[in-house]
Amino acid sequence: MNESLTMAKALNRGLRRALQADPKVLLAGEDIGKLGGVFRITEGLQAEFGENRVIDSPLAESGIIGTAVGLCMRGYRPVVEIQFDGFVFPGFAQIVTQVAKFHMRTGGQTPMPMVIRIPFGGGIGAIEHHSESPEAYFAHTPGLKVVSCANANDAYWMIQQAIQSDDPVVFLEPKRRYHVKDLVNFTSRPAPMHQAAITRYGTDATLLCYGPMVKTCLDAAAVAAEEGTSLEVVDLRTISPIDWVTIQSSVRRTKRAIVVHEAPKTLGIGSEIAAKLHEDLFYVMESPVMRVAGYDMPYPPARVEGEYLPSVDRILDTVDQSLAY
Amino acid sequence: MSLSDGGTSISYAGVSYGYVGWQKGGRVRGQSHDMVQLLTPEGERVDNDDFEFTGTTDDLVGYLRDMILARRFDAEATALQRHGELGLWSPLLGQEAAQVGSAHAMRPADVVFPSYREHAVAMVLGVPLANLLGLFRGVNGGDWEKLETFKNYQIVIGCQALHATGYAMGLQFDGVVGTGTDKDAAVIVYHGDGASSQGDVNEAYVFAASYNAPVVFFCQNNQWAISEPIALQSRIPLFERARGFGFPGVQVDGNDVLAVKAVTDWAMERARAGEGPTFIEAFTYRMGAHTTSDDPTKYRASVEEEAWRGRDPILRLTRYLEREGVIDDAWLAAVDEEAKQLGVDVRATIKRLEDVTMDKLFETVYAEPTVALEAQRREYAEYAAGEDA
Repeated sequence: MNESLTMAKALNRGLRRALQADPKVLLAGEDIGKLGGVFRITEGLQAEFGENRVIDSPLAESGIIGTAVGLCMRGYRPVVEIQFDGFVFPGFAQIVTQVAKFHMRTGGQTPMPMVIRIPFGGGIGAIEHHSESPEAYFAHTPGLKVVSCANANDAYWMIQQAIQSDDPVVFLEPKRRYHVKDLVNFTSRPAPMHQAAITRYGTDATLLCYGPMVKTCLDAAAVAAEEGTSLEVVDLRTISPIDWVTIQSSVRRTKRAIVVHEAPKTLGIGSEIAAKLHEDLFYVMESPVMRVAGYDMPYPPARVEGEYLPSVDRILDTVDQSLAY
Repeated sequence: MSLSDGGTSISYAGVSYGYVGWQKGGRVRGQSHDMVQLLTPEGERVDNDDFEFTGTTDDLVGYLRDMILARRFDAEATALQRHGELGLWSPLLGQEAAQVGSAHAMRPADVVFPSYREHAVAMVLGVPLANLLGLFRGVNGGDWEKLETFKNYQIVIGCQALHATGYAMGLQFDGVVGTGTDKDAAVIVYHGDGASSQGDVNEAYVFAASYNAPVVFFCQNNQWAISEPIALQSRIPLFERARGFGFPGVQVDGNDVLAVKAVTDWAMERARAGEGPTFIEAFTYRMGAHTTSDDPTKYRASVEEEAWRGRDPILRLTRYLEREGVIDDAWLAAVDEEAKQLGVDVRATIKRLEDVTMDKLFETVYAEPTVALEAQRREYAEYAAGEDA
């Protein structure tokens, strides 16, 4: 059964299904109840499941994460919403010092089946602190898993998989793609959450991307095709752990890799991918792994974010450099 | 710093925080006229309008024994750190009554969220002491027995207040609060005076109040957060803050095991009955160092310690029970013998603790293993095998 839905609606359906499937699933966050969240991802869920399962939280991110830790210890599976990427930091200490470590420090006795939903990334003309890409902080923290959906179908399935996971999952939602429609297949078995997807096949170079940059990379590949260059696009889907098998199967064929993300370049996900591919495919590749990323500056004011964010043109420029190497 | 009336005048950056420590009239700064006390430092029973100790004389004998054993265990652990057997130890010396009294207010379904000094609470609740030592020895991260009742120690100051509050919310969702039956349960969370400045602790107060969560915040105000006096954390007695968050706060003599038990009983019963959170400030004193790495002579006057020695929790209960003819020298000698044996057991136990294996660590980073970490695990195994060869 297929239906065309926006990513926002698909997430809503996925959350609804998770709430129906398991009475231990709870949602918590600021404004998620009556309002349905500032992006309406949880719209209608409090009315359907009640105030004890869709919980409006006081305005305190550490409080939201920290109480969710306690709920995990009591056997619940809390799904918390952080309103915007830039506001996760008051809860950062709880995530890094507590959520990430509980399972190991208790010798495996205390799992943290928590999902931390964060709308992330720029491109929506927002005021400061509303457009950030903090994924590297979380991917650098052992004990956490980090994923990002790039289309409505993945949004629907991956949010349910994240909720079913016994590990804590930072679930990054590309807010500028919330209203892009895609076909959601409600019946076919989804791919595992920690598996990348080749979303466009090509032969000359591989674009590696996730979240909001998947659409940008697909656009770039379409333009390149008109110019006679065949680009493959891999949607990472899982940022921690990274699915090296799929990535390497692609790069073995194309022999060239370009990583694209909105987050600042230095020590971003692209740095890890470049290091790993150089370790494993040094003699296979025809050019060094290249990176198209945000610049190493705080996220800029909205009027100039177009200059900061990786664009089709910047991606194609870098593809040219890779092919000319 | 200057001494006055046996107290210490504290000022930071030109701002005077007045006197801490002992002052005229035997009262300590921050000690309320309403502080609940049922047994004076001299060992006299006194009445309180709101609280009474409802236990038996046998209970009191049991508490005294617990306090003596806890003190001995603590001294033993401190010595073991000095001998290099523990990486660190956080002594509870002086806080035995606050911990033993509150621990005895727990029922089987209740859950405790400790900080890192609640050794006597752990002891009373039956947590194997070897588990506590393991954490401080560095053989594991604290994966102890009875975790369902007594949660892990928490090193990051105040984090556990939120965990306790979330857990208490879970009790509400599970329908085990306010039923009027034995099913009813509540949570107690321990934190110190220093933690009262932490955002997490204050957020926990907000969440607990907003959701009317069945949680008791048990603050052991031991007057010092490492080198910083309580006056630097709060300009008003801590228990008065609770009102601002919307729930009752009570100051209790933390060195009076009867009063601590009575007040904690009341607060836990409120929580179990669905009447919401309570803040208890157990007014006590850290007689020893913050940890074995600390040196209190750098920041506080010995006269202050001397004055608090007169309020010792074990001394006052011993005086009372001796005067009542309940215990005698023979009883004390027997408990002392038991304490000595505990010390022997602790010394033997620590040698038997096994280091966690790298394999177990790799295995428990995640509940669901990842391909990438499994690769590192194999890499380590190959390296380790090469080392052994």
